[in-house]
Amino acid sequence: MTALPDLPRGGEATRASSSRARRRPPLGAAETVAAAVLLLVVAMAVAPGLLAPDDPLAVSPVDAFAAPSLAHPFGTDESGRGVWTRVVHGAGASLTIGLVATVIGTGLGVALGVLAGLGGRGRAGRATDAGVSRVLEVLFALPGLLLALVVIAFTGPGAVPATIAVGLATAPGYARIVRSQVAAVRRSPMVEAATVLGRRPAVVLVRHVLPNALAPVVVLATLGLGQAVVWASSLSYLGLGSPPPAPEWGAMLSAGRTYLAVAWWMTVFPGLAVVVTAAAATVLGRGLARRGQGGRP
Amino acid sequence: MRPGRWRRAGRWLVGRLLGAVFVLWAVATLIFFAIRLVPGDPAEAILGGPGSQASAEALDTVRRQYGLDQPLLVQYLAQLGRLATGDLGTSYSLRTDVGRLLLDQLPGTIGLALLSLVVAWLLAIGTAWWATLGGRVAATVSSGLEVVASAVPHFWLASLLILVFSTELGLLPPVSTGTPAGLVLPVVTLAIPVAGFLGQVTRDSLLDAAATPFTVSARARGESPSGLFARHLLRHAALPGLALSGWAFGSLLSGAVVVESVFARPGLGRTLLGAVTLRDIPLVTGVALVSALAYVVVVALGDLAERAVDPRGRAT
Repeated sequence: MTALPDLPRGGEATRASSSRARRRPPLGAAETVAAAVLLLVVAMAVAPGLLAPDDPLAVSPVDAFAAPSLAHPFGTDESGRGVWTRVVHGAGASLTIGLVATVIGTGLGVALGVLAGLGGRGRAGRATDAGVSRVLEVLFALPGLLLALVVIAFTGPGAVPATIAVGLATAPGYARIVRSQVAAVRRSPMVEAATVLGRRPAVVLVRHVLPNALAPVVVLATLGLGQAVVWASSLSYLGLGSPPPAPEWGAMLSAGRTYLAVAWWMTVFPGLAVVVTAAAATVLGRGLARRGQGGRP
Repeated sequence: MRPGRWRRAGRWLVGRLLGAVFVLWAVATLIFFAIRLVPGDPAEAILGGPGSQASAEALDTVRRQYGLDQPLLVQYLAQLGRLATGDLGTSYSLRTDVGRLLLDQLPGTIGLALLSLVVAWLLAIGTAWWATLGGRVAATVSSGLEVVASAVPHFWLASLLILVFSTELGLLPPVSTGTPAGLVLPVVTLAIPVAGFLGQVTRDSLLDAAATPFTVSARARGESPSGLFARHLLRHAALPGLALSGWAFGSLLSGAVVVESVFARPGLGRTLLGAVTLRDIPLVTGVALVSALAYVVVVALGDLAERAVDPRGRAT
């Protein structure tokens, strides 16, 4: 049996506080690779023609179900369309849905979280905090896809409803973290000092509380982007998101499901695109979080 | 000592019950008013939206059945009254009692989710143990595995598992029927992403625990690394994960929608998916209420487990 390793993280955290250079370590190798992967996905979304010159919708029945080859690195689907071409052209749709959903989720989450976190002073504030916390509790009771599915039950399926549904489903998580951030910053010595110096509450709020409380939201949004892409593709896979002919990762996987035994590449590669994007966002988000918190993840 | 303990337990239970009633009321209220917020005739919405081309007769029946011709407040109170007596209404698409239907579907899904939760914990603790004792390489590899595991969508993982274990190796059935063999792939599919998340938080707090004085003193007493892990670190490290067990169960319920659909396994998730596709609002309401209730119960159980593991929480 080997001894316990030299507790790298705990040790570093104590040392980090004595050295400013340590407190903001540069992004490591994993974070750099993750950032490069995300840049590649963005490049696919912005200029798909550069990476895959073929038409993602052009049908060519002769080439149907071709295994991966030089001409079609990811093989072809049931209509002879290149899976590589469609994965590249699908990046735009998948990334847009993920980004817009994250913006909706963080926007709502920040609004709710700030509303709740600012409560506490006086009876009205406490009531607001308690009210928002109750609303969040209810939303947490319909976790993730369940809330998204209930929303779609009312709006009907489609890319836009799916985006809104994923955004709504991610909002409670952001709200809870923003709420505790706002509450923590409000109790900090910095805010106390500003109040003692005679700054008006509104000025303290805008100048001191919000910038500090909202800084972690960027990190959270990076982490949440991966989750949003996964959920959006899950909804498409279930047939509730983007309709079939459009190249979108979840919709491609939904089509591939029928041909799983015949053409594994129709399932493996679009799924890989989702996983790699989501994992890259997670790694980058965790790296940013570590940087922001002085060496502790 | 004893009466005070009972009183605390009673207060805890009453608090939880009130919380559960509140959550159920809020879910029912949200859905009730959401139907009225969607543009168009609620009767038509109940019958499956404008595309359903319901006959005037059917619309009339629904209006009478749901009391849609009465004032909104009366309708709302009547709906709450029905729900309070356990009457979840009749499914539009399946023409059966929603309550009975869900009672049939519930055990399968809850069993699947709980079994997956156990497997996820075993996987998470196993990786955390390996990452702690296996040195730098093990720590890096397990951390990478956890990130990938938590990023994998259920439907893709399910497809890959079917591809390998059913299509190629022929070991396990691709369709989950009642047999134990059919349960393996769905449980593994659901457990892996949750294990990734639990592994991440467990390992983080494991490293924190390893840096505390009680670890140093245990090692000074001559505790072996495995003994230290099992007797001291694990109790400490499991706490954040246990606090997340409500979240984990929710994630399993939400994943069950996908997994039940891929493995053609009857259950709550597949029922919800069908209900959403057909816009069967009574059935959607029923599934939402039942899963919210299940969630509230599991969060309470997680709270109890947390108190059992952490003596600090018992004082309050």
